Order: sequence, then structure tokens, then C-alpha cells
Amino acid sequence: MTNAVIFPIAIPLTTAVILIFCVKSLKAQKVISLVSAGALIAAGAWLVRLVDHEGVQKLDVGNWPAPFGITLVSDMLSALLVLTTSVIALAGLLYSFYTIDSKQASMYYYVFFQFLIVGVNGAFSTGDIFNLFVFYEVMLMSSYALLVHGGTKIQLQETMKYMIINVFSSALFVIAVGYLYAVTGTLNMAHLAVRISGAENTAVLTVICLLFLIVFGLKGALFPFYVWMPGAYSAPPSAVLALFGGLLTKVGVYSILRTFSLIFRQDIGYTHTILAWLAMATIVLGVIGAVAYRDMRQIAIYNIVAAIGVMAFGISLMTKESLEGTIFYLLQDMVMKTALFFIVGAIAYVAGTNQLGRFSGLLGSYPLLGWAVFLTALALSGIPPFSGFIGKALIIRAAFEKGQLLFALIVLLSSLLVLYSVMKIFIQSCWGEARGYEQKRVAPLYVPIVALLALAVLYGIGAEFVRPYIAQAAATLADPSLYIESVLKE
Amino acid sequence: MEVVMIIVIGCLFAGATYLMLSKSLLRIIIGTGLLSHGAHLLLLTMGGLKKGAPPLLGVQAEQYVDPVPQALILTAIVISFGVTAFLLVLAYRSYQEIGTDNIEQMRGKEDHD
Repeated sequence: MTNAVIFPIAIPLTTAVILIFCVKSLKAQKVISLVSAGALIAAGAWLVRLVDHEGVQKLDVGNWPAPFGITLVSDMLSALLVLTTSVIALAGLLYSFYTIDSKQASMYYYVFFQFLIVGVNGAFSTGDIFNLFVFYEVMLMSSYALLVHGGTKIQLQETMKYMIINVFSSALFVIAVGYLYAVTGTLNMAHLAVRISGAENTAVLTVICLLFLIVFGLKGALFPFYVWMPGAYSAPPSAVLALFGGLLTKVGVYSILRTFSLIFRQDIGYTHTILAWLAMATIVLGVIGAVAYRDMRQIAIYNIVAAIGVMAFGISLMTKESLEGTIFYLLQDMVMKTALFFIVGAIAYVAGTNQLGRFSGLLGSYPLLGWAVFLTALALSGIPPFSGFIGKALIIRAAFEKGQLLFALIVLLSSLLVLYSVMKIFIQSCWGEARGYEQKRVAPLYVPIVALLALAVLYGIGAEFVRPYIAQAAATLADPSLYIESVLKE
Repeated sequence: MEVVMIIVIGCLFAGATYLMLSKSLLRIIIGTGLLSHGAHLLLLTMGGLKKGAPPLLGVQAEQYVDPVPQALILTAIVISFGVTAFLLVLAYRSYQEIGTDNIEQMRGKEDHD
């Protein structure tokens, strides 16, 4: 038992409360947010180290022993996700400093920012399924506020729809938790896994499992539940959008990964096949959207959808190798999607529009921006040695080993189209004669972009160094008894 | 008793679905309210409507009521209260800004090529 698990939740929470009191001073807000983001990264790194040395960490909140109270659990997967979230939070802050004006910042922007991180880190660290719901709500509530922050017409209109669909899915979450509690009589995830592995009536559990798939699919933008996303994500400013693209949908993916590998193993042949088909549909429709649009934001948004499909497919295979690939891909996707939205935001800032074709020739005046797009395209589609490669390679190899040739081919083909869709942004915005954009000062925006891209490149090149951690995370997922034992032991 | 509750919950869900499918924002919000009421009742019923002593060790009864569903509902009620309040304010603001409460007209955005 250790307190390390709670710091990634407690630090942003405390910061948010402090920020409420100094909302008048923009400078104080920035300094406090930065210090807190630094502390968060340190806490995340410490947690990863601790899990690496001493195994799964848990904290029984309020000293109530494991299956009865709420337990916070950090295995390697949670710890790595928390660390990645902290890095993205820091990058998001740096980007916000230069893109969110002081009027908007004085309306509690950084407060909501911190609460969003509380929700995301909480969802990653909790070991209790109802507590997961609570952290989802913390995260969603801040996301509503951030989405509508600024109050333009389009934001109000899209937030309304986003909220309604999420209120509906939250109700569904409560219902699913109610059913699960009725059948198993527990809410602790490890305890649920024990109860379910010994259960006789698996049919009702399969129904509950699919209910959870709908709930998490709605948050994680899985087919056919992703339709809310292109609309909602087109509304907010780039800094907010990058956070959403990097963090929110990934929480949905994480929840599917956790529940499908730990709890709902009673009928893998049925539930995971459904997940695989949904994943395929998500990939296909995602790349079609990414190829079809000429709006940079929409291209990036549909790229999220396609990537979610790849991860869901990795989860559905449920071998140790595919899980390892999924985690590899999940971590790099969080970083790369944030970077992609930063870049798209920076291009839209100098060009004044998101529409490709209205401007060209950026490479002359903004060479760094141009090459950043190019690098992102390579990394997202999984060209070695960049970060997307190793995750996809592992997933596809696992698919071939399981004999799912068709699905593996679809994933491979989708990579090609993802490459095309981002390369389209590069070619149409960077090549050609210089027209349709202004000379603006974008140097401050380069800091988070270059930092994230450098991280992604290092992640790809240094995969050998990262792999032991990822392998440890995948081992805990593939063999849930490790997780269960560490949670339920005294 | 459980059967009666299930029927009530079913009615709430049916009403919620009907309201959420309508076009007026206010009706949709009332629909989400009914939906979460239904979900909370379901949570309570799923825990079992046992008649028993309050879950206190000092009572020393044969049978206790399960306290967990009540704790869950309390949490869920507070959350849905907050969300509904936010929704109402948002609906009012959008009505002021966009000039309509018809969700059908809240679509489309700036030009696409």
C-alpha cells in the first residue's frame, strides 16, 4: 500500500482549487499551472519506477480493506498512461499560454483544464467500477465547460449535442453497473474478475459486457457510436481540441482494455469477436472520413477514429503480443494526436482557415511547421523508425498468428490511407506558390509541438528501452491473476 | 415489490425515450432527467429491496439492508443534479445566442468545400 497512487489525482485537484482563488492574475495562474504540471510529471515518473520495482501498487482509500472500500490501483498500464497524460498536460498548457487570450483565461480556463486532468488520471488509476463512473463524470463535466468555453454560436450548439449524448451514456453506465452489482454483488474490479471467473450463468454477464461496450464505445468513439465526434470536436479552440483528441477518447479505449482483459473473460469467443468487427468498421469509416474531407480539423478527427479502431482490434485479439502492441500504440497515439492538433491549429492560425486549397506554400515561410506535418504523417501511419510502427507491427503479427488475415490486411491498408490523408495536409498546405497566409509569430507554438514530436521519435527509436515497461503492462493484462492478487491481498 | 419497481422503471425509460426524441431542448432535458431517475431506481432495485435492519453492527439483527446501492445512488443523484443544472443553463444560453430551442435547427456550420 502506498500513497504514490493518489498523487496524480491530488496534484491537479489541489492546483485547480488554488487556481480558483487567483483567477484575477493571469501570471499567477500560468506559474501555478506550470509548477503543478512539472510536479505531475515527476509524480507519474515516480509511480512508473515504483511499479517497475515493486509490482502493482494499490491504495485502499480511507483504510477500508480491498473489496469493500474504494481502491486505487496502479499497474504498469495505469502508471504509463498517467505519465503520458502528465506530459500531454504540460504540452497543452504551453500551447494554451499563447493561444487562449487573457479574457478567456480569466474565466476559469486553467481551472477546468486541471479538473479535466483529475478526471482522466482518476479514470486511469481507479480499481473500482463505480469510481470509474465518478471520474468519468469529473472528466466529462470539465470537458463540457471547456468545449463551450468562449461561448460562440457553434460551440453552444455542438456542446448541447455532446452533452445530451454523454448524459445518455452516463445513464447507461449507471444501469450497467447496477446490473453488474445485482449479478456479482461487488464493484471492485479485481473482486469482479474473481466472481465472474467462477460464475455459472455467463449469458447475463455477456449482456452486461455488451452494455459496457456501448458505454465505453460512446466515450471512445467506436463504430457506430462515433457520430457525435466530428461535430463536437470541430467547435472548440485548438488547445482544447488537442487535449480532447489526446486524452478523452483514450480513456474510453483504456476502459475497454481494462474491462475486457480483466473482468469480462467469460465468453471471449463471442464478445471479443463483436469488438473485432466493430473495430474493423471503425477503421474503415475512419479512413474514409479522413480521405474524404478537405477540412484539416475533420481529417485529424477522423484520424482519431481510425486509430481507435486499430487499438480496439488489438484488444479483441487478446494475446500477450497484441496487448503489448495495443499499449505501444495507445501511448504513442496520445502523444501524436495531441501534436497533430497542435500543428493543425498552428497552420489554421497563420492561414486563417481550416480549408485546404485556400492557401499553399507554407514551407517557404514556416519550414519547421511543414516538416512537423511531414513527420507526423510518417509517425501516424507507422513508418519505421517512428513511433507508430512498433505498435502496429505487433498487432498485425498477432493477427496473422491467430489467422485473421482479412482483418490484418484491413489494418495495413488503413495505414496507407492514413498516410495519404495526413500527407494531403502536407502537400496542399506546404507545397506550391506562397499564398493565402500571413506572417505571424508562431515561435512559441513550436515549443510544445517540437517537444511532443521529439518524444514520439525517441519513443520509436528507443523502443528497445521502452519495451520492458510495456511488456510488464501487457503481462499484467494477459494474466489478470497478478492484478487480482495484488489488489485483494492484505 | 421488485416487479412493481421494474414496471415503474420501464415507464420512466419509455417516457424519457419519447421526450429525448422530441425537438424542443426543454423536453430533451426533462427526458434526460427522467432517464437518470429511472437509472437510479434501477440501481436501488438491483441491490434487492430487502426488508432488514439498518446496516449498523450495534443493531445485531438477523438481516441487514445492503448499504452499497444507497451510497451509489446518492453519488449518482448528485452528479445528475449537477449535469442537469449545467444543461439548463446551456440550453438557456444557446436559446439566447442562437435564437431557437429547436434542435433540428442547431446544425450546420461554416462552409465546407
